[in-house]
Amino acid sequence: MDFVTSHILSILIFLPIVGAACLWVFPPRAAASIRRAAFGISLATMAVAIAATVIYYSSSQDDVRAVRVGKLGLVEQHDWIGESGMPNPPRERCHETPLLVQFYVGVDGISLPLILLTSLLTPLAIWASFHAIQDRAKEYYSLFLLLFGAMLGVFCSRDLLLFYVFFEFTLIPMYFLVGIWGGANRRKAADMFFLYTFAGSVLTFAGVLYLGWKTYATGGGSLRFDLDSLYRLAAQGHLSATEQTWLFLAFFAGFAIKVPLFPMHTWLPLAHTEAPTAGSVILAGVLLKLGTYGFLRMSVPMLPEAAVNCASWLAVLSVVGIIYGSLAAWVQTDMKKLVAYSSVAHLGFCMLGMFSLKMEGLTGSLLYMVNHGLSTGALFLCVGMIYERYHTREMSKIGGLARRMPVLTFFFVFFTLSSIGLPGLNGFIGEVLVLMGTFISHTAQRGSPAGPLGPLYAAVAGTGIVLGAVYMLFLCRKVLFGPLHEPEDHAEHEHDAGALPIDLTAREVSILVPIALACLYIGIAPKPLFELVQPALKTQVLARVEPAMKPEGSFARVAGRPLAVAESASTERSARVR
Amino acid sequence: MPSQTYAIWILLAPLLAAVLIGAVGLRGLRDKSHWLAIGGVAAALVLALMLFGQIRAVPEEARADIFTRSHKIYEWFRPGFGGLASLKWFDFEFRIDPLTGVMLVTVLSVSLMVVIYSSGYMRDHHGHPERGYERFFAFLALFIFSMCLLVLAGNFVLLYVGWELVGLCSYLLIGFYYPKPSAAAAAKKAFIVTRIGDFGFAMGIFLIFWRCGDVSFAYVFSQAGLAKLVGWETPVALLLFCGAVGKSAQLPLHTWLPDAMEGPSPVSALIHAATMVTAGVYMVARCGAIFTESPTAMATVASVGAITAFFAATIAITQFDMKRALAYSTISQLGYMFLGLGVHAADAAVFHLFTHAFFKSLLFLAAGSVMHAMGGCIDIRRFGGLAKGMKVTAFVFWVGGLALAGFPFLSGFWSKDEILHAALGVSLPLAIVGYVTALLTAFYTFRLIFIAFHGPLKLPQGVEHAHESVPAMTIPMLLLSIGAAGAGYIGLQHGGKLNELLRTVLVGRLEEHAPGMAHVMSPEAAMAMSGVLSAIGILSAWYIYRRKPMIAMAAAFAMRGPYELIKNKYYIDELYDAVIVRPLHDLGKFCYGFDRYFINALLWIITAIPRAAGFMLRSLQQGAIQGYAMGMVIGLLVIVVAVLSAT
Repeated sequence: MDFVTSHILSILIFLPIVGAACLWVFPPRAAASIRRAAFGISLATMAVAIAATVIYYSSSQDDVRAVRVGKLGLVEQHDWIGESGMPNPPRERCHETPLLVQFYVGVDGISLPLILLTSLLTPLAIWASFHAIQDRAKEYYSLFLLLFGAMLGVFCSRDLLLFYVFFEFTLIPMYFLVGIWGGANRRKAADMFFLYTFAGSVLTFAGVLYLGWKTYATGGGSLRFDLDSLYRLAAQGHLSATEQTWLFLAFFAGFAIKVPLFPMHTWLPLAHTEAPTAGSVILAGVLLKLGTYGFLRMSVPMLPEAAVNCASWLAVLSVVGIIYGSLAAWVQTDMKKLVAYSSVAHLGFCMLGMFSLKMEGLTGSLLYMVNHGLSTGALFLCVGMIYERYHTREMSKIGGLARRMPVLTFFFVFFTLSSIGLPGLNGFIGEVLVLMGTFISHTAQRGSPAGPLGPLYAAVAGTGIVLGAVYMLFLCRKVLFGPLHEPEDHAEHEHDAGALPIDLTAREVSILVPIALACLYIGIAPKPLFELVQPALKTQVLARVEPAMKPEGSFARVAGRPLAVAESASTERSARVR
Repeated sequence: MPSQTYAIWILLAPLLAAVLIGAVGLRGLRDKSHWLAIGGVAAALVLALMLFGQIRAVPEEARADIFTRSHKIYEWFRPGFGGLASLKWFDFEFRIDPLTGVMLVTVLSVSLMVVIYSSGYMRDHHGHPERGYERFFAFLALFIFSMCLLVLAGNFVLLYVGWELVGLCSYLLIGFYYPKPSAAAAAKKAFIVTRIGDFGFAMGIFLIFWRCGDVSFAYVFSQAGLAKLVGWETPVALLLFCGAVGKSAQLPLHTWLPDAMEGPSPVSALIHAATMVTAGVYMVARCGAIFTESPTAMATVASVGAITAFFAATIAITQFDMKRALAYSTISQLGYMFLGLGVHAADAAVFHLFTHAFFKSLLFLAAGSVMHAMGGCIDIRRFGGLAKGMKVTAFVFWVGGLALAGFPFLSGFWSKDEILHAALGVSLPLAIVGYVTALLTAFYTFRLIFIAFHGPLKLPQGVEHAHESVPAMTIPMLLLSIGAAGAGYIGLQHGGKLNELLRTVLVGRLEEHAPGMAHVMSPEAAMAMSGVLSAIGILSAWYIYRRKPMIAMAAAFAMRGPYELIKNKYYIDELYDAVIVRPLHDLGKFCYGFDRYFINALLWIITAIPRAAGFMLRSLQQGAIQGYAMGMVIGLLVIVVAVLSAT
């Protein structure tokens, strides 16, 4: 048992990966058993994720609970490539620069919500594929589990290179999922998705290597990539403003395409539209969050000065993305494309909140990641359920479905409302905090220095709330309300063997219900979530970026102070408050 | 029982009803669904009356303390964490004071009547429930819950929650007949147009949060909170007012309310006349402490109110759809309320809200009764002389109409008069607009009555008799007509119990704020003038529509241009469509085109570079020995030259 608790994150990451390998090598004969096995493995992973959360909650150090002060928990650290603890090599052997890559994982209040989101959505996505995926089941479910493990790996990694490996690795299963089981235009979509995101992350890789070299050059002993060392670089003033800006841009290339920020978003509508339903759910629900998570975990705390300097133009891109995405969503005729463009707008909110560099905005941004995963994921599921019945996503071909499918209509409207930020559901909390943080960003009060954004950004972004209602309700009106309108060939298919009943089946309802409950929970009583997230954002992000925001002095002067002092000071303070 | 316990159960009773109907309505209850809704609302009403009794029992000297307290239920979410001064949680908290009490009693008593009425209305002539019967009651109960939440909210964020939830229920109920395209479109429009106002409201809340660091009424309206808002009252007040303009359908965001009449009549009566649309008035009254500090904001509120009142009244005269005419009348009456708020007579405004809730919901229910009898037809050109067959409906319509027209000694008379009198003290032009509107109000109301209920019997095609409605509908109407006639007596101008109670929490009374302003008219003279104007309006309507019907047609014909302009609602919908909606939609098309033809083309060009390079280099790999030999020789030469020049 002790072994399990101390290696819980490795189990979490490798359970689905090993499961995928087993499924691939020893597939059960019947397709039904394959999908049941895959579903079972994903559920087991979900159980491990929940167990990890519980263990993290109870973990403490010196009588201070890790969750209270936002400290890292469940840490596992093993050398992977190279050895730690080696002194700097002698001068003449300089060319043999030792490389040190670690299998270093851990969680805190920032990664846990996303891990939980991933492990909620993936089993549901697998379950949602039961009817839609009939051919090549072995490959499909193995790839899906592989993807699951890689995504969990991203959120757990505490070593930049390990992070990068998992980050890139998610591309491979997704490429095949889109390329093999996608829609009519799947090849092009898969190619574009892969090449576009890959091209960006190659630049990121250059940045990663530079940072590794920098740790070595400043006396780290080897090319190290663990986040502790990397965070220290800027805090100790080893990174000049120019270096930071270039590194920020390198990271930006990879992360911003993933998010996607305007104008790097064009791969997204195509990939979302062509992916199979479950693929779209994971793509929107989790994969986009890899980009925002990368910004939050890497760019902002690691390159604080650049983050402060670049914040305003990143915010401009976000705001443009919000409005652009909303307007483009409004003119779509394909349901899936509409939801895809809505993601562009939503992720704009997410980035905007993050770069307000205020507690309000950061909390809102992180919650927005979770909320977008829930509501957009569920909307893709709903659209997929319609598609499975009518074999079309064209809004002009269907209408008035409320009459035929009242249960689907209930859920569709529910998640629409969640998506447009109706109070009482999850979307509202994230949206209001993002805008609040953006609005008050420019003021230095309540102990936090002045941030880069201001009311103008909030006001322009706020129109996105109105536009959000415009395009989502347009979708509802077209598809659900109005006179009943079905494709002409529908009647023929209706009595086919294996065709789905008109309204949702029990399986389909049970896919949507957990997501709906999560939405309600976050909307009505999110206090535990806030207590998990905010201390972590404080210690892991804000404490690192705030020194760069001091209005009275340049970063260099403040930077001399080692971060460790600041961190321990804040820890003490929180401990005292407790 | 502590007052927050009452508050919790007032909320839970309708919410539980809604959830239960939603859960078992379709399977177990079906046409009995209304019992759950009636039970829930009745329980909430009883509790609200008990709570109101408790509020009234608070001794005079303790009021300031008790009424400014907030009743915290639980911690909801928090904006920030840590820092030098830890931020508070945003609580789920209630504000329980006379304003809340009055609103709760108004909302719940009208709600109960409307729910009972609906159990008769939502059926056909044989008593079979309409399709979606249980859905209707679930939404209605959910609405009542949301409205109670709105008036109980103890901070701005929770107020916003109630605000949006009532908007949602309005959306769901306007779109109740969703297969009808016009209903689906009207629902969408209502949600979006009010959301434009909500955008301003949200910005106002952010501004308050930014200045005060808290959104709780208890803090923001305290001395310390208001001190932090000094210098910012005008922007805060104007932004909050944006929300009120959207919700209460004032100019220029009024366009959704007439379309909202696509919903079933009980919905129009409850949501779009008595309760939800008055949320804006409630909010401005609640934030009186901020508004009264800013003369600009007060002037804006008063002018928007007065102009809207007049503007909507002119449209109401020309409408042939009975419900739409009443909807414009609602807009106009809400304008009066804002006029009252803007001239420092918040108590009169809330008083008018209170009386209006009774008589306007009564009128809508009566219109619904007509519609029910006429087989869904509501165009007053197609029926007439209904008073003979529908005695009760005609009677209650008369009572409601007289109250709306401000006929002496009915409820509307007292409250409207009080607003107009207060306006006289502040601004003569606004008061004149108000009085002219009063005349118009009496005229358009009785135009409806004389055309629909009097004269020779005329029925639309397919309707044989004008049947009186079932008791489930007539009894609530009769009960409401008692309120419409008598509700004014609780709040008589001087020494009225209601005003006295409200004045303890509403900031800003004329005498305090403009003590030097001499009254142009004595209260009695003003009252007499209102009465006379209303009588003139009624008599001229009688003369024009009963005696000489040609006059109306001749007038319409003679003033063709203005008539068409007003009849088409000043073409505001068309204007918005041309100026805002279409350009935005085109911009959306442009954005999508930009994606496909510009960004993707750019990407294609970038990816074409390696492709082009490959294409060019391919010619070098043609596989002939001479070519490679040539290359080797050139390469060798280059190296030699380089080496030589280097040394």
